[in-house]
Amino acid sequence: MHANPLTRDQFERTLKSSAALNEIKRPATTYWKDAWRRLRSNPVAMVSMGILALIVILAIVIPFVSPYAYDQQDYTAINQGPSAQHWFGTDSLGRDIFVRCWAGARVSLLIALVATCINVIIGVLYGGISGYFGGRVDMIMMRGVEIIYTIPDLLWVIMLMVVMGSGLNTIIIAIAITGWGSMARLVRGQVLQLKQSEYVMASKTLGAGFGRIIFKHLIPNCMGPIIIDLTFSIPSAIFTEASLSYLGMGIPVPLASWGTLANDGANMLLLYPYQLFFPALLISLTMLGFNLLGDGLRDALDPRLRR
Amino acid sequence: MSESKEKQPLLKIDDLHVSFLTYAGKVQAVRGVSLSMQEGEILAIVGESGCGKSVTAQTILQLNPSPPSVVEGGSIELEGRNLLQLDDAKMRAIRGHEISMIFQDPMTSLNPTMRIGKQIMEAILKHQKVTKKEAYDRAVEMLRLVGLSNPEQRMKQYPFEFSGGMRQRAMIAMALVCRPKILIADEPTTALDVTIQSQIVDLMLDLRQKLKTAILIITHDMGVVADIADRVAVMYAGVIVEKGDVKEIFFHPKHPYTWGLLDSIPRPDTHGERLIPIEGAPPDLIAPPKGCPFAARCDYAMKICHEQMPEITAEGDHEVRCWLCHEFAPKVVNRYTEGKEG
Amino acid sequence: MVKYVIKRLLIAILTLWIILTATFILMKSIPGDPFANEKMILPEIRANMEAKYGLDKPEIEQYFIYMNNLLHGDFGVSFKYKNRSVNDVIATGFPVSCTLGLTACAIGLVLGVSFGILAGVKRGRWPDYLVIFISILGVSVPAFVFASLFQYFFAAKLQWFPVTGWGTLATMVLPSLALGFRMVAYIARMMRTSMLDVLGQDYIKTAKAKGLSQREIIWKHGVRNAIMPVVTVSGSMIASTMVGSFIVENIFNIPGMGKYLVDAVKTSDYTMIMGMTAFYAIVMILMMFLVDILYMLIDPRVKMD
Repeated sequence: MHANPLTRDQFERTLKSSAALNEIKRPATTYWKDAWRRLRSNPVAMVSMGILALIVILAIVIPFVSPYAYDQQDYTAINQGPSAQHWFGTDSLGRDIFVRCWAGARVSLLIALVATCINVIIGVLYGGISGYFGGRVDMIMMRGVEIIYTIPDLLWVIMLMVVMGSGLNTIIIAIAITGWGSMARLVRGQVLQLKQSEYVMASKTLGAGFGRIIFKHLIPNCMGPIIIDLTFSIPSAIFTEASLSYLGMGIPVPLASWGTLANDGANMLLLYPYQLFFPALLISLTMLGFNLLGDGLRDALDPRLRR
Repeated sequence: MSESKEKQPLLKIDDLHVSFLTYAGKVQAVRGVSLSMQEGEILAIVGESGCGKSVTAQTILQLNPSPPSVVEGGSIELEGRNLLQLDDAKMRAIRGHEISMIFQDPMTSLNPTMRIGKQIMEAILKHQKVTKKEAYDRAVEMLRLVGLSNPEQRMKQYPFEFSGGMRQRAMIAMALVCRPKILIADEPTTALDVTIQSQIVDLMLDLRQKLKTAILIITHDMGVVADIADRVAVMYAGVIVEKGDVKEIFFHPKHPYTWGLLDSIPRPDTHGERLIPIEGAPPDLIAPPKGCPFAARCDYAMKICHEQMPEITAEGDHEVRCWLCHEFAPKVVNRYTEGKEG
Repeated sequence: MVKYVIKRLLIAILTLWIILTATFILMKSIPGDPFANEKMILPEIRANMEAKYGLDKPEIEQYFIYMNNLLHGDFGVSFKYKNRSVNDVIATGFPVSCTLGLTACAIGLVLGVSFGILAGVKRGRWPDYLVIFISILGVSVPAFVFASLFQYFFAAKLQWFPVTGWGTLATMVLPSLALGFRMVAYIARMMRTSMLDVLGQDYIKTAKAKGLSQREIIWKHGVRNAIMPVVTVSGSMIASTMVGSFIVENIFNIPGMGKYLVDAVKTSDYTMIMGMTAFYAIVMILMMFLVDILYMLIDPRVKMD
């Protein structure tokens, strides 16, 4: 079988080295590094991230550098189609739709970000407390979430706006205080599970207090699912705002958001379809970006879900 | 032992190679496994986690999802038919009918939303031309045979109404209801309590007597092996390092890995001695060592062990892959080799 | 089993009571109390409302009158229009919304579940990618964009269907599709994930080891288990669509609950909003209760709790 005949000296004993045995063959990697590697290798997620970054940058920059102001009317140029002067055309008051779209992006994104941040804070605290204490506290608190869930977000928001009167702040508050249910459920589920895990038990046995367990063990280990949920709740806030504004219940004029722009455009739909097209495209692109990024993050942060 | 060499084996695996494609590279999980089984025989494949024993077993029924798994070579013959060359329909006629399989975790291996009876009858109705009534009767009979009380009532229950041991019995009933020639049991006792484990082992021995089914049992538990097996194959890093009659393996093991396995189990005749674990971890099968895979952890390793994969040395039915069996190798003296002639 | 049904029923009633109380408190806390402000209300309506809501009585008593009315199926009267009760609006709007909503749900569930199964089974091949594309598009593009696009192309340009209106079969097509498309996307995505999860379970391997064909495994062992999450969400989905869609009904000018509610908000018809919300809550909770019962029937494990 073998080309070379075996020789006796090949049968000399070798020493077993403990160091070699315990040597780790593959480089060590942390959870976050590993997740980042997986995310980077996902082209769809990276492109989405790029698109979202571009939208944010344009929203910040365009209103400063544009020759038009978002509320600047020009009765000599009404309902003009896209051209070199007005890239996205003008509306029925002769306002430049391009600059209005990016000013609207500021409002829509601001509403979404602020409302989502409040959502996360309420959701994490509520869910964390509910899951940590468990038992009766948990049951009552989760019943509360169920009640909020029974009526769709949009109706709650409408009712709150009826009570508080419409306005930018009202929309943010209304979305913020109705949208935290899913986050609370998610965090509660995670905490309930983690609470049972050996390392939390061990930490408790060693005398760690409530605060240490929550901040050192529970919250860091919930970060993955929280970030994933975040990427899905930002577009849903944008969506709620757009729907409200579209129904004419959103932010007041002359402020513009993507929703009010779409509403204006829809009224002109049959005559000037481009007026709806651009804001609708931007909303859809942003939603698409967040949804695809969310999918990518889920794959990257929760490898168990991949098969 | 009296088995005649010229008799065609029931199942013959020859030089089987199976790999998994992962992002890190190709994991060579099974690297040239050869095994054979006779009718009514109980063969145990034993080894630590990740040694390729489950992959080997699942490859027989082609249950490994592909991708990522790829069979890269070898043959699996059931009474002379190469299973690896059968088309999907022919393979389905073998699964559950000629060869069936039970799995490690009876908790998750039964469909939670289907009555036990229906799950058992499904196998009969699939493979045999019988009426529903006959299938029902056979399923009840089978449940009685695996030792479940009130079988008629059990038929109507759902898996969540069963305890772990009862579920494994139901799994065995389901697997054996078509009277297959071979039952593959992949770690059938691992997820169960120790007392239940021995009940399941006894049940399998009892059913082998009654139904003459050959059993291929995959386990890492040498205790279970001693209780149940006729023959044993010790597997390490995708390779079978030693195989033979159960008494040979337990009383005259020749491979240092087998010594290690036997040292690491508690035995009634070793009062006061410490159990000795095997130091280190198995090699990375993405880039398996070119020599003996156990060399790095072996107390008796020689230069050659790191350079060349040892050939099989056979002594009757007892086969070993170890350079220590070579004529040039120094003699090793320990409690497994002493008392044997040189 | 009976115990479980009673327990769910009690929970439903409790939830309903809390929501109704909350709407009452919300409406009472509107700044400037429009109910007490004479200038805001026509005299005939005022008389009407005093009779209905007991506005001259203390608030706690008003609450009991309100609850008592609801208990008798009386949702109140309009705050802006004389001779219009909430019950009238529900009687005209609900059948319209119901028809539209159920049609859309049927489209959503049938197509969504089928697409989800297809994608889960053909994972990583072109049907899967097509379904992923449709579902991403469906959840990313707002309903009003779809509705407007449909209206523009199929009604205004191609003139296959009327632009707006309600009553004939042709008027139903575009709104149902616009409303259903999002559901198709949502359900397909959910069903796909669930299907992949189930197909990775041990009992699927058991079924395969039994010799069942791929088709039998998918239908007998896969779909039945995978459809559970869809059943869970379908209850509230059906409920929320059958009580009306704000956006689609407004775009297509359909006289359903959603249109009336938006009109009520725009005209600050507070009692109308309150009454319609109460009706909304009742329908939602009833549907959720039914889903709980349905769930028990298809998942035997629930009975044990």
